[in-house]
Amino acid sequence: MLLRHTTAEIVERRALTVNPAKTCQPIGAMYAALGINRCLPHSHGSQGCCAYHRSALTRHYKEPVMAATSSFTEGASVFGGQANLLQAIQNIFAVYEPDVIAVHTTCLSETIGDDIPQIISKAREEKKIPPGKYVIHANTPSYSGSHVTGFANMVRAMVDYFAGPPDARTTAINLIPGWVEPADMREIKRLAGVLGVRAILFPDTSDVLDAPQTGKHEFYPKGGTTVAALRATAASQATLALGPTASEAAARQLETKFHVPARVLELPIGLRATDRFVNALRKVAHVKVPAEIADERGRLVDMITDMQQYFYGKRVALWGDPDQLVALVEFLTDLDMRPVYVVSGTPGKRFEDRVAAALAGRVPEAKVRQGAAADMFLMHQWIKQQPVDLLIGNTYGKYISRDENIPFVRHGFPILDRVGHSYFPTVGYLGGMRLLEMILNVLLDHKDRSSPEESFELVM
Amino acid sequence: MFDILEARKPQVHEKGAEPFAMVCEKQSLAGAVSQRACVFCGSRVVLYPIADAVHLVHGPVGCAAYTWDIRGALSSGPELHRMSFSTDLRERDVIYGGEKKLYASLVELIDRHRPNAAFVYSTCIVGLIGDDVAAVCRRVEAEKGIPVLPIHCEGFRGTKKDGYRAACDGLARLVGTGATDAIGPRSLNILGDFNLAGETWMIRDYYERMGVEVVATITGDGRVDAIRRAHGAKLNVVQCSGSMIYLARSMQEKYGIPFLRVSYFGLEDMSRALYDVADHFGDAALRRRAREVVRDEVAAILPELRRYRQALEGRRAAVYTGGAFKAFSLVRSLRTLGMRTVLVGSQTGNREDYELLRELCDEGTVLVDDANPLELSRFLQEKRADLLIGGVKERPIAYKMGIGFCDHNHERKIALAGFQGMLNFAREVYCSVMSPVWKLCRGKRPLECGDSSPLSR
Repeated sequence: MLLRHTTAEIVERRALTVNPAKTCQPIGAMYAALGINRCLPHSHGSQGCCAYHRSALTRHYKEPVMAATSSFTEGASVFGGQANLLQAIQNIFAVYEPDVIAVHTTCLSETIGDDIPQIISKAREEKKIPPGKYVIHANTPSYSGSHVTGFANMVRAMVDYFAGPPDARTTAINLIPGWVEPADMREIKRLAGVLGVRAILFPDTSDVLDAPQTGKHEFYPKGGTTVAALRATAASQATLALGPTASEAAARQLETKFHVPARVLELPIGLRATDRFVNALRKVAHVKVPAEIADERGRLVDMITDMQQYFYGKRVALWGDPDQLVALVEFLTDLDMRPVYVVSGTPGKRFEDRVAAALAGRVPEAKVRQGAAADMFLMHQWIKQQPVDLLIGNTYGKYISRDENIPFVRHGFPILDRVGHSYFPTVGYLGGMRLLEMILNVLLDHKDRSSPEESFELVM
Repeated sequence: MFDILEARKPQVHEKGAEPFAMVCEKQSLAGAVSQRACVFCGSRVVLYPIADAVHLVHGPVGCAAYTWDIRGALSSGPELHRMSFSTDLRERDVIYGGEKKLYASLVELIDRHRPNAAFVYSTCIVGLIGDDVAAVCRRVEAEKGIPVLPIHCEGFRGTKKDGYRAACDGLARLVGTGATDAIGPRSLNILGDFNLAGETWMIRDYYERMGVEVVATITGDGRVDAIRRAHGAKLNVVQCSGSMIYLARSMQEKYGIPFLRVSYFGLEDMSRALYDVADHFGDAALRRRAREVVRDEVAAILPELRRYRQALEGRRAAVYTGGAFKAFSLVRSLRTLGMRTVLVGSQTGNREDYELLRELCDEGTVLVDDANPLELSRFLQEKRADLLIGGVKERPIAYKMGIGFCDHNHERKIALAGFQGMLNFAREVYCSVMSPVWKLCRGKRPLECGDSSPLSR
């Protein structure tokens, strides 16, 4: 047993994190920046950070992930990273020719105290930024928040640097999808399109991290939100921010600076969350919901109806990022399942309240933990004390799944050992159907494999 | 050659062009999309396979998260090394220091898991906030009675190579603390193999069949107690010279143990390793048994190897590795398969390495140090490569270009070392280079041209 070192007995931990259910801010900023058209993310820190983030994103997306680094040395860590960043900006525009460089900081450059806006100004003064090109930045100290915070900070930076000045109000609606897969971003755009809504989606990693094979390595694949589109967000009718942890900051910024009304929703994962999303979109864009979408919804409900007996009462353990977890908890509870353990390493204020709202008192035995020492070790200890029927989370659950023989659906970031997540959405009604299919498959496969011969059934 | 940045030119060389003045071992340019990693990464990969120790990463959570079980370094016993332990430093720790958290974490870990040693990795900000990691380690060592070894591998303090050195410094403190009685005169340590996909086990088996005793495997399938008595071995055999040469040198100085540099990749290098060891001991029986091992192993794989060679003859390969030492073996192995190496590069090669590579390669082969993906993909295209050998970040680049790929790094899933490994390597190269998918993606305008298949009527 791989996790034989996990003890069932739980001792309250003060200092140590074991098998984390989070990672650090910069990788989130890097992922978000890849959702800008022709943007090169830039890691202002040691070389290793950039290499690790690129490797982790490559393992998850199976795509080339390009990002540059300031390559800090001993000298930079004593005298500050200004010289490195200035040189980096010059080199990047000369060699890689992006439209945008999106700088994020690291624990190193934050602790040194590099003032990035000042360095960017200096680069502009020294004419290191060619006309029509941009350098933006987000502060992403690795010692606060988590990867999701880093994502949120970079999305906000897109507003800070690009939005406005507002021209006359347009009919467009801003959609901030949160940290979801390229497939989810594509699906959100599709839904908006079917509703007849003109949407500006940002960031948008579809056609960047799910790029087709063409026989060429495109350094900048065709996808990503353009600078022009980001600029126009200031003039939109409204903003829908999907997932408060990842998307609210940017939406509020647009509201404060340009009076674009913001609505913050949970991620549209599952039936009711998608209903709320469609309804919100209908209202802000003044459109009617076409039959096509009502039918999609009907098919999801039909699937739930058909298979309800298999969901009833199943105990589920989930881990990952707050926005995903809240939406999943609501969906699972609607399926009559029991999300009993919910763990997120991401700290933050409202998570436990949001989960409680999603549960609506239906699963009183649920345990929810976030922040320090909310990790996969704790999750496993809970499971050892009282087992569950299903695991839902990123790849790091595979050890528990194997050791405890529990069916496992991969969802979230990172998924290092399967494909599909970047191509098939889990948002929207279609995404709900895919989630159901995945959940049912693992539950029924498990039943098939573990039931004795006499009760092994052909028809289920 | 296409345009490359002026400052990068000294790090690229095409064989045939004179003079040869390859610049390497240089800090990457700021702003490079470098494929390189950091000092911490070097230490972490080298020590990670020691399976009965706890490996505590002292810093914010990322460094522990990204290195959680990413390398298939197999253990025949404990699996402690596959867990991820972090002090998860937060903002207040950065302000007030992380020593208390480090102490509490170590005590808790040691009490719960009863490891035989603990390694503490200092990450970037630990160097800045001034935690006295060594003092905390000494205190815990005294209290708990196991070696607690600080590894000074702050990411910015150099390159991955400096991380190897820091790891070797830690290992050197372990070596020499165990009993060496019962170690025979024909004995060695295997240094610099990490038991990816069980490779150390294969190598160990060859040596044992020759009649040589293996004292410690450092660090593949590594155990603290074996490392502690490693100074009792009569020879160190060092692979992947980048990572473990420092330990070999320090053991030579301190204990007078000689070392041999070997590679276990490819038939030539693998056989030479066994012969060199036999020669070192100057024992006719050892030499005879080495010949038997080579003969038996080669005979077992040759027929299948020939079949792959037939298909691969004349194909063109590009090699981009971490250390340059591996590149030598790969160029030779590819030649065994009838393939020509048209591009070869590394993240951390030194001048001597590139000199050797240049001798080894054909005219026109491009040598490149610390390449970026833009250069890589342009060279792949210009040199019309059919195969790229590299690591995780390079794989999708090759696939996007419609080129076969072989991971010769962390993510190899099958053993590529040893004789069996050569066959596995050939099979992997064959299946990728000859995959039918390349025909599907190279096809001209499949959506517009008529399909002449008998399947459409």
